[in-house]
Amino acid sequence: MIGLEETEPFWMVEWNWALDGWIVAAGMLCAVASSLLGCFLVLRRMSLLGDAISHAVLPGLAAAFLISGSRSSGWMFLGAVIVGVLTALLSDWIHVRGEVDEGASMGVVFTTLFAAGLVMIVLAADKVDLDPGCVLYGAIESTPLDTWAVPIPILGSTDVPRVVVVLSIVTLINAAFVILFFKELKMATFDAELATSSGFSAKAIHYVLMTLVAVTAVASFESVGNILVVAMLVVPAATAYLLTDRLGMMIVLACVIGAACAWAGHVAAVEIPTWFGFRSTTTAGMMAVATGFAFTLAVVASPRRGLIPQLCRKHWLRWTILTDDVLALLYRMEEKTLDERPIADAMAMQADLDAWMADVLLTNRFAIKSAVKYHAWRGRIETTQVEASTSTAKVEDQSETLVPKLTDVGRTEAESLVRSHRLWEQYLVTRVDLEGSRIHQKAHQLEHFTDRQLQDQLDHQTDSPEKDPHGSPIPSASDKQS
Amino acid sequence: MTEQLWRVISLQDHNTRVVIFGAAMLGLAAGLVGCFTLLRRRALVGDALAHAALPGIAIAFLWVTAMGGDGRSLPVLLAGATVSGMFGIASILIIRRGTRIKEDAALGIVLSVFFGLGLELLGIAQQMKNGNKAGLESFIYGKTASMVASDAWLIAIASLICVVICVGLFKEFKLLCFDEAFAGSRGYPVVLLDAALMSVVVVITIIGLQAVGLVLVIALLVIPAASARFWTDRLVWMMVLSSAIGMVGCLVGAAASAMLPRLPSGAMIVLTTGVGFLISFFVGARRGLLIRMWRRRSLNASIDRQHLLRELYELFETDPSRLSVSWDELVQARSWSNKRLRKILEQASSDGWISENITKMEFALTKRGESEARRLTRRHRLWELYLIHHADIAPQRVDRDADAIEHVLEPETVAELESLLNAELGERRMPTDPHASSTEGVEA
Repeated sequence: MIGLEETEPFWMVEWNWALDGWIVAAGMLCAVASSLLGCFLVLRRMSLLGDAISHAVLPGLAAAFLISGSRSSGWMFLGAVIVGVLTALLSDWIHVRGEVDEGASMGVVFTTLFAAGLVMIVLAADKVDLDPGCVLYGAIESTPLDTWAVPIPILGSTDVPRVVVVLSIVTLINAAFVILFFKELKMATFDAELATSSGFSAKAIHYVLMTLVAVTAVASFESVGNILVVAMLVVPAATAYLLTDRLGMMIVLACVIGAACAWAGHVAAVEIPTWFGFRSTTTAGMMAVATGFAFTLAVVASPRRGLIPQLCRKHWLRWTILTDDVLALLYRMEEKTLDERPIADAMAMQADLDAWMADVLLTNRFAIKSAVKYHAWRGRIETTQVEASTSTAKVEDQSETLVPKLTDVGRTEAESLVRSHRLWEQYLVTRVDLEGSRIHQKAHQLEHFTDRQLQDQLDHQTDSPEKDPHGSPIPSASDKQS
Repeated sequence: MTEQLWRVISLQDHNTRVVIFGAAMLGLAAGLVGCFTLLRRRALVGDALAHAALPGIAIAFLWVTAMGGDGRSLPVLLAGATVSGMFGIASILIIRRGTRIKEDAALGIVLSVFFGLGLELLGIAQQMKNGNKAGLESFIYGKTASMVASDAWLIAIASLICVVICVGLFKEFKLLCFDEAFAGSRGYPVVLLDAALMSVVVVITIIGLQAVGLVLVIALLVIPAASARFWTDRLVWMMVLSSAIGMVGCLVGAAASAMLPRLPSGAMIVLTTGVGFLISFFVGARRGLLIRMWRRRSLNASIDRQHLLRELYELFETDPSRLSVSWDELVQARSWSNKRLRKILEQASSDGWISENITKMEFALTKRGESEARRLTRRHRLWELYLIHHADIAPQRVDRDADAIEHVLEPETVAELESLLNAELGERRMPTDPHASSTEGVEA
């Protein structure tokens, strides 16, 4: 391994452009062609159509083979596409006419067709050399073996694998469809009635989409395998859906993710088994697994919807609310001491300030301690040492205790919070006619999201009251706050 | 060949007997469970599950073979399949709850990614020195022929357990399918019940793999239940029918596979149930296509008849001195084509509602027709009156609304309308046409 690492990075090991290059190219083309349509399938909740079609085409393949008597890809392609489109139409028909659940009608159609195909192949086995496994799980590894001479303008006639040519054409068709009919597709996907009322048929778009899915599925699975096209139709699109809210962006992202997974999948298929002493394995399967990894990554870490960012945001919100509450609580305690004696005296009856605050704010001592520390760091609170024994006889611990005290900065901020709270209470009573017992709870929630402008508005709406409904004074607006 | 056929049919061979018995039990259990998954709109969960089982099978095989055991023993493989199937279900639930991805995409993701991984591992299994993976292929297409008696017993017993669970928890599962929120409010542990149902689905799918294959095991869960739905609206009967269809399908499929070992049993099972679906789809007594078409036709005919009678009544009402109504007047009154009007008139005439003159161009109501027409017109106007007075809808617009609903008004509703509109009805008990003066020509 050390020797390898020194010569080349691991992803370049045994890399042969004539072989691996074409395999990756085929995978990427399949990924792009599928992702283009897959976005619409995912949005229209028809994700499993690709799976259904790629299984159901088996009798079409068998019939085409029996009729034409050859494995020429033209006939097989035609047969498969016809049956593929039929599958989509038939499940739609059963769904609408028989009032059968959408998924169930799809399940009925594709399993029955697949079974019919299997039986056809077995019964005709004397004449037919058609292995269902081979048909359905077509080997992407054999891509470079079957080539066509393609005249390319600058390079002249070049040998290009047939698969790559076919998939390029399909990709171009899909791209042209998506680009030309982008507006129509978008409308038909999000609001079919609007599409119909603005003068084009959402149904027609639907059927063209189904036909293209069938063509893509057939073109892909006979070359790169059934499983890859099913994965590429759904997973990159779903991944992109987690990352963005814009359709155009979603399509671009899906194509990029799909292509990247195709490349990563091939590298992994070549590389990973060798770590355990095996030869390289199925590239198509590994490409599907790679899309699975991309999806998992998006689920966990997508900036806006990922589980981890969501968790962080939730904790951050909880933390800001807690620090606000601590500040406001200290202010209220200060307020309660009628004369100018320090807060420590108000606390005298509370043997353990942290525990008491934790109790009031429904949290634990550790959270209170860290909130106080945070405020001290920001200069909103200073902690003074008070000899506990002088203020109360109850305290068993004779040592000095640290008592938090608001600084001027902290007091201004706390004033603003308490002002918001009490203004809200006043507003809720005078304007919303809420019961007195319920206003505290509401105001407690709203105070954290009230900025200066809203404060002024509330003040104005409630005719600049001096006291809140409970009779506590409302702190005046300080000019230091912006 | 005939001898072999006889051997299978008469169940002489002990192994065949047990295998067919096992398959039948499987079909019964799958039909039963399928009803619940279908009604819960989770028909395709089995599909994702079956595909998700493949990596488990491959890993179990690799592991046990590497440990020196027989990697192809069914209990080992099924244990692996169950574990990875559970992982698949968990992934689906996490994706659905934790992200904004919808159910179908979640199924597609789990299906393709797990299956890709499975193919990957099978590819590796192929490379193992003593890893002849021949037995594993039968999981993809299903082969009852390769089952031995002990496998069949395993399947039969597992199916029996599923049946017992479904029957035991029938009421709970029923509530879960029809009204999950209600079940929750009644204090049922909804999440637990859901998990129980899904576990039963997992078990059915896994034991079905051997007999039907992982591509087609979904059919066992979907097709019998979907077929049974065409025949009845009652869950109990649906379950009975569904189990019967599943059982017959599995019996025929397994028997065919026993006769012709080359024939994939899964395909035969699915085709048999598929025929059952086709028949149910067309002739199902409750929701079949034919019965529905017939119902629609008879409804349309009765609507046409009611429109005709009301039209005639109103024409006679506006001019009490006239004796008959002409063809042209009727054509003008409604947007009926000549052909359709002729048909409606013929039907009404043969039913004795109207009388025609010899040229069949002039029509009048019979005694019986008149009282019926009066009833219908009254119903229509009552509803119009109700809309005008109690729903504040402009008189110009009520005709359409009343047109749509008058055909389905029950006598009780009419009585209710009467008592509600007592003040407006006045002496005649027949409401006047709200369009008569203000909007003449709109309705006519």
